[in-house]
Amino acid sequence: MSIETIEAEEIDVEEVLGSAIERREDPELVTGEGVYTDDVQDPELAHMAVLRSQYGHAEIDGIDTSEAEAMDGVIGVYTAEDIDEAGTPGDLPVGWLLPDLKTPSHPILAGDRARYQGDGVAVVVAEERYLAHDALDRIDVDYERLDAVVDPKAAVEADAPQLHDWSEDPTDTDVRDDEDIERVPPNQAFDWEIGDSEATDEAFENAAHTVEVDLENQRLIPNAMEPRATVAEYKPGTGEVEVQMTSQNPHLHRQLMSAVLDVPEHKLHIVAPEVGGGFGSKIHHYPDEALTCWCAMQLERPVKWQATRSETYLTDAHGRDHVTHAELAMDDAGTITGMRVTTYAGMGAYLSTFAPSIPTYLYGTLLSGQYDIPAIHCNVIGSFTNGAPVDAYRGAGRPEALYVVERLVTLGAREMGMDPAAFRRQNFIPEDDFPHETPVAVVYDSGDYEPALDAALEMVEYEELRERQAELREEDRYLGIGFSSYIEACGLAPSELAGQLGAQAGLWESGLVRVHPSGTVTAFCGTSGHGQGHETTYAQIVSDELGVPYEDIEIVEGDTDEIPQGMGTYGSRSAAVGGSALATSSQKVVDKARTIAAHLLETGEEDLEFENGEFNVAGAPERSMTIQEVAQQAYLAHNIPEGVEPGLEETSFYDPENFTFPFGTHVAVVEVDPESGEIEFHQYAAVDDVGNQINPKIVEGQIHGGIAQGIGQALYEGAVYDDNGTLLTGSMQDYAVPKAEHVPNMETDATVTPAPHNPLGVKGVGEAGTIASPQAVVNAVTDALQPFDIDHIDMPLTEEKVWRAVNGSEEGS
Amino acid sequence: MYPAPFEYERAESVEDALSLMDEHSDSITELLAGGHSLLPTMKAGLATPDVVIDIGEIDALRGIENAEGSITVGALTPYSAVDDSETVWTETAVFADAAHHIGDVQVRNRGTVGGNIAHADPASDLPAALLAADGTVIAHGPDGERSIAADEFFEASYMTALAEDELLTRIELPKRGGHAGAYAKKPSPSSGYAIVGVAVVLETDGNTVTDARVAVNGAMDHAVRLEPVEEALSGESFTDETITTAAERATDDLDTAMVMDDLQASNEFRAQLVEVYTERALDTALDRSSVAPPAAD
Amino acid sequence: MEHDITLTVNDTEHEIAVEPRTLLVHTLRDALGYTGANVGCESSLCGACTVTMDGDAVKSCTVLAVQADGTEIETVEGLAEDGDFHPIQEGFRKEHGLQCGYCTPGMMMTARELLEDNPDPDEAEIREAIEGNLCRCTGYQNIVNAVEFAADRMETDAANRDIAADGGTDRTTDTVEDE
Repeated sequence: MSIETIEAEEIDVEEVLGSAIERREDPELVTGEGVYTDDVQDPELAHMAVLRSQYGHAEIDGIDTSEAEAMDGVIGVYTAEDIDEAGTPGDLPVGWLLPDLKTPSHPILAGDRARYQGDGVAVVVAEERYLAHDALDRIDVDYERLDAVVDPKAAVEADAPQLHDWSEDPTDTDVRDDEDIERVPPNQAFDWEIGDSEATDEAFENAAHTVEVDLENQRLIPNAMEPRATVAEYKPGTGEVEVQMTSQNPHLHRQLMSAVLDVPEHKLHIVAPEVGGGFGSKIHHYPDEALTCWCAMQLERPVKWQATRSETYLTDAHGRDHVTHAELAMDDAGTITGMRVTTYAGMGAYLSTFAPSIPTYLYGTLLSGQYDIPAIHCNVIGSFTNGAPVDAYRGAGRPEALYVVERLVTLGAREMGMDPAAFRRQNFIPEDDFPHETPVAVVYDSGDYEPALDAALEMVEYEELRERQAELREEDRYLGIGFSSYIEACGLAPSELAGQLGAQAGLWESGLVRVHPSGTVTAFCGTSGHGQGHETTYAQIVSDELGVPYEDIEIVEGDTDEIPQGMGTYGSRSAAVGGSALATSSQKVVDKARTIAAHLLETGEEDLEFENGEFNVAGAPERSMTIQEVAQQAYLAHNIPEGVEPGLEETSFYDPENFTFPFGTHVAVVEVDPESGEIEFHQYAAVDDVGNQINPKIVEGQIHGGIAQGIGQALYEGAVYDDNGTLLTGSMQDYAVPKAEHVPNMETDATVTPAPHNPLGVKGVGEAGTIASPQAVVNAVTDALQPFDIDHIDMPLTEEKVWRAVNGSEEGS
Repeated sequence: MYPAPFEYERAESVEDALSLMDEHSDSITELLAGGHSLLPTMKAGLATPDVVIDIGEIDALRGIENAEGSITVGALTPYSAVDDSETVWTETAVFADAAHHIGDVQVRNRGTVGGNIAHADPASDLPAALLAADGTVIAHGPDGERSIAADEFFEASYMTALAEDELLTRIELPKRGGHAGAYAKKPSPSSGYAIVGVAVVLETDGNTVTDARVAVNGAMDHAVRLEPVEEALSGESFTDETITTAAERATDDLDTAMVMDDLQASNEFRAQLVEVYTERALDTALDRSSVAPPAAD
Repeated sequence: MEHDITLTVNDTEHEIAVEPRTLLVHTLRDALGYTGANVGCESSLCGACTVTMDGDAVKSCTVLAVQADGTEIETVEGLAEDGDFHPIQEGFRKEHGLQCGYCTPGMMMTARELLEDNPDPDEAEIREAIEGNLCRCTGYQNIVNAVEFAADRMETDAANRDIAADGGTDRTTDTVEDE
């Protein structure tokens, strides 16, 4: 049942928060007025194009740019040598450090060696975009091809082709210790563990039953519909660089790019115009955006770079790429006693901005799922491979974790001969056990898992469905029911803990609420929406806090000159952290307004009630002032209390005390045709608990989109490199981004367990669907194929893999 | 993304096109009709013609004609016009069905019948339908017009019997009386092209199949007939049992080693899909058949 | 060599010289300033660049500008009339049929052709009709709902027009908001 939207004008201010208000972003997006980066026009614009290595691994013995330079309309051609000569640092930083992490140099143009197909080796700037691309063909690069390695596990074998020459890396400490050279495989980025190894081994020794699975969480390519782009302009007079770019976090890009280009932070102005989706891919700092700025500075001309879709396939940070062995221990009653996981995580050729944190702190910490598991141990080995760098992609570590957990739990139920729903219920963390500390270093602050499972069971009419499944099997038809009881961790926090774990950034968010003299409001937040509807939801929050009409509130995001500071939009953090910052600032505004109102109404602050934007003297309702009237007085400043500054605006930097922990249960019902391997959805039911909902329609949209993306992973998507590091799925021709006919109609429902520690009780919803859905689908397919005794098929579950599994071919199982 | 530069010529008539082709015969020349085969390859840098001759404005090559004994489809007729044509659906349903399965709405609005057939992409949808429909390709060259039977037309991947100096101007599809036709396709989830697509045309007399033509796209390097299926159907009564038996023979004449093998599907799995989709195409044909009893479901 | 062409875009005639290789989408966006149609791929699959050409939805990245010479092009900028949202635009907003908005102009232009051919499509027909338009945000469900909303609204509007023609009163439609 679809949620109906309402127009903001139709509701009173006290109902704004929690209502499915139509998005205010939409009018300009449905008329074509919205300005995305490539829509930025300037008669002076020059166009940049990047020449990329066509090889996965090759020495660069020379680059001849003369022919390209000689072309009419070509303004400049640059290589790593030029960056070097200009004295530009040009090396991309890593934003999260792990113990003993190897951090190879990541230059914005490859100088002597290309390490993945797509690694930039030269740039052209020309008067026109077609011409810039023509000129790429005229650059002659002398490559000497090298052996490549693309598999995360094979990459750390001793004889694997080595990507980085550590002896030349002065920051690397391992090479100075001869013993370490022996011990550490050449392509190993890190070897990380979490949990109690001994306790876990003991749990397995004492287990009555164990199950195990080898699985891959395949490499994915984000495919935001808008490819990355940058427009940069240098102002020689002031030394300022004005940048418009496809960014999920302009402030973070400013901070990082400042170091990469050696431009002071206060001289870099970064704006994210309309951004056409991100899913993580627009968090990271890539070479191209910095190169665009560098060219604009060199040429003192505005420069535009617009990636082609092929470039996004090659260079957008990919997601996942795990090879995992996982085991579950149970007692004789089917109670889980331990979990042991070993994962090889591909990092790609270099460490992308937050890459080291994804398969570690965002993965290992969620392996307890919704379950009360006494002992867990997880070991993750990160490896360099000749592929695009891997970083956060919608879910980022958490889908990988929940895939492991929910596959294991499904196999556990099968081993015990128990119903998978009953098995889950038996092992859930009980409702009265929160806060719950897991053996993998996180404390779930709240949770209540059974109601979501019950609601999902009801939605699919579970008992009847199992009967139907049995009937259909009599007719050689294979219906499957797959569960995913997932947990998610949003709004990575707090900053102090993140710092201890290696984050090179804080994880707070800033919010500024400015009440204008006339009583309208502009609110600024350091998150940076790109489709999530923040302008709508943030206005709902501020309207509710201040009692100011929704229409009187403007929201500003995505501009480093306008917004105090920011960490951006990723990890489903915006509502929980950014929204909380705006709520906190709004509360500070009300506090100050209260002081002024009390003064003007000649009463004590404690005697003032504030409701729907109005201060009333308790017991004397005729003595009142609206917040708009207070704002006017605050700016007139003719009569404000002593010690109170004029004006009415407040800023806060909100640093959450913990993650939030959304959860829920999804159920996929599919039918599998063993002849063709085809999978047909009969039903998809999702019950999600994302805490309080600011705008249920937007929540629904996020859940839908997330589920679709997870179904994409389950059934269709997967980046494939050949042994030379050539991307075989380099376009939409070969990499299936789900189409309308590939995605089922989804039924959604919710339970509401408010987050206990933030002012809004919200948790986050951007990634929940993607974290939940892959294993629901895979569990449904393996459930359907139980008569064929199939325990596991790796994603994507293509028809061929399913068919091979059914037909017992070695290749498929 | 950005096609390389080329010289552009616009042909006003078939004669004009032929003379432009002759004029530029020393250069790498491509004919541009709807552009839905050519432009993607040019954007990908896989085709870099010196000269592009745009034949898209030659109105005489556009349209569907209901002639005596056959349906004539002009080379420039877009797929959508075929799909929308009651005449084609009535007289040779397999061809309309295949056109309906091509790409998406936008592609069907621009892509042309002639361009598709001349391009001879092995994963395209019309070639097998043309074979099953027993169609004829009409080509114009310097020496005038000639007819090429569909069975002689497709030679290999992107290779046809069309000479370099010839222009495909129209196709002719024989009208069939009591017949049933269908096209069943397994599209690639990414590209939408056929992993396999099976086209069937059955002539029936009462409940007996008098003649069967069955062909497949996507399986081999060009569209081919599945003769064992045809043989298994001919002379049999048109029933579910006949269909199952016939479909099982779909790959009898196909050398699995020669079956297409790529990222989308291995040759073994394609062969399996040929059987599955042959059965589905025949099932649909049976459902559509006016002479057969109504299908059970 | 450049070629002179005439394009009528949203009822405005433009005479312009283009290189033969220039794609229609780039002429519309870069030369004429109609930036509503977006470029999302180069393989004619994503549909973000969909416009209508003489009434048919086409992918403007797979049409040369010279091929469009003399045609009537309609882009998303031409959907709203006199400040009134087209029912499809209204549907997308009411049903949350868009998130980042990048695919939306193309999606709406395809939906428009669908509704002209089939005023009352069912869910399967809508999903099939938009198979050439990729959306990474919505999971398509609310896009389907948006098209259904538009179909209903267009039916109501047509009925109202009939009533109005008979001297009855018209139902108002929502106007484009100026934000």
